[in-house]
Amino acid sequence: MSAPATMLAVCGLTAGYVVPVLGPVSFTLARGEIVGLCGPNGSGKSTLLAALLGNARIFGGEINKAPDTVFSLQTQRQPPVAGVPLNGAELLALTAAAADGLPPALAACVGRRLDRLSGGQRQFLHLWACLQAPADVVLLDEPTNNLDPDGVAHLAGALRARAAGGAGLLVVSHDAAFLAAACDRLVRLGGNDDAV
Amino acid sequence: MPFDALLDPLFVQPFFTGLAFAVLLPLLGAYLRLRDEWLAALAFAQTAAAGALLAMLAGWPLQLGGLLAAAAAAALKSVFEGAARGVQGAAYAMLLVGSWGASVLLVANLPLAERLGHALFDGQLYFTDRDHLVAAAICTGVAGAGLFALSRRLLLSHFFPDYFRAVGGSVRRVHFLFDLLVAAALALATMSIGVMSAFALIFLPPLVAWAWSGSWRRSLALAVAVGVVAYVLAFLGALWLDQPFGPVLALILVLVGVLSGVAHRLHIGL
Repeated sequence: MSAPATMLAVCGLTAGYVVPVLGPVSFTLARGEIVGLCGPNGSGKSTLLAALLGNARIFGGEINKAPDTVFSLQTQRQPPVAGVPLNGAELLALTAAAADGLPPALAACVGRRLDRLSGGQRQFLHLWACLQAPADVVLLDEPTNNLDPDGVAHLAGALRARAAGGAGLLVVSHDAAFLAAACDRLVRLGGNDDAV
Repeated sequence: MPFDALLDPLFVQPFFTGLAFAVLLPLLGAYLRLRDEWLAALAFAQTAAAGALLAMLAGWPLQLGGLLAAAAAAALKSVFEGAARGVQGAAYAMLLVGSWGASVLLVANLPLAERLGHALFDGQLYFTDRDHLVAAAICTGVAGAGLFALSRRLLLSHFFPDYFRAVGGSVRRVHFLFDLLVAAALALATMSIGVMSAFALIFLPPLVAWAWSGSWRRSLALAVAVGVVAYVLAFLGALWLDQPFGPVLALILVLVGVLSGVAHRLHIGL
């Protein structure tokens, strides 16, 4: 049986903006794999995601991506939605994400305007739109923020289903329990890789 | 009776010229409102008026002058794309005030510019001709098609800016293309219905529609409906009362906006 295709290989990467804030770090991400990125605040977890997409300065090392790899990225940056008449279904449609698999309570109110949903519901929809967008590699930055325990559990299942569908997932989180439950492998910034 | 005017060939061309903008401007206004850039719209309209006045002095077609000036304003605006919100607002305000100052000085010092200046500021819809109608129809078709093509990218770049960049989108390019559409539409609208009428049509219908719509698609339809109904009432009302069109349209839209705001507050129980 052949090993899953490597979609992303990071080797000795040092990255930052004005000065390096990250690295050197090395890891790989294969198709169908979920890799967690952990480390204390300021260790460069989000900078690493930015570097993978060419939005941070690379001071050393290299990033190799499989040809024609399509990335999806979820971040904490969400614009204010007060007064904007966009509903949940329209939000998901923007990234061509399907609503199938949403938690039942959220699926029931996906036709509501975003400004009539709770902050946690909006966060989950935003996250879902990026997670389920057509992509080979999905990058998630602190996806459990603002989610309740049921939402976190549902998210872990959704990540596994997405990986089983062939995507590679790289998950940045400060939530060690979530990473341990959801990921195949952890990369500690400034430390060694751990198998989960 | 005012309805008879719609059958009078003298008023048919002006009516359809304004109607085209009553459909287009609320649509553009919805996306401007999403980006909270309504002040930029007013700056574009005012700059277009100044450009038309300068074109008249240079012996160029007025619409060309307005289009070039508005396009230059859109290009200038793109320079401030990545700036903080306060800096952007200050830039639009300076563009607006500067264009207004230049226009008024031209009008005050050049007799030839006086009549055109009043027409641009107050609106000259009833004096528009076939050229205005053709320009309005082409503008509505091109800008409508352009907006249809850009709509998803505009929404995506607003709600998922990081995702949009990750899939290879350029926020700056999409916004600049949209600004060009807005600038062109406002330049031509300003030549036909005046600065403040154009601004009223781009700002107020989306304001009303956003309060009452459960989806983006419905809000676009409602904004167009508000714009068209207000326009038709203003066109007929101004004729019937023998008043200038621009102020009548502006007051009708403000009245609709106020009534909508009060009704919405009552509706949600505030």
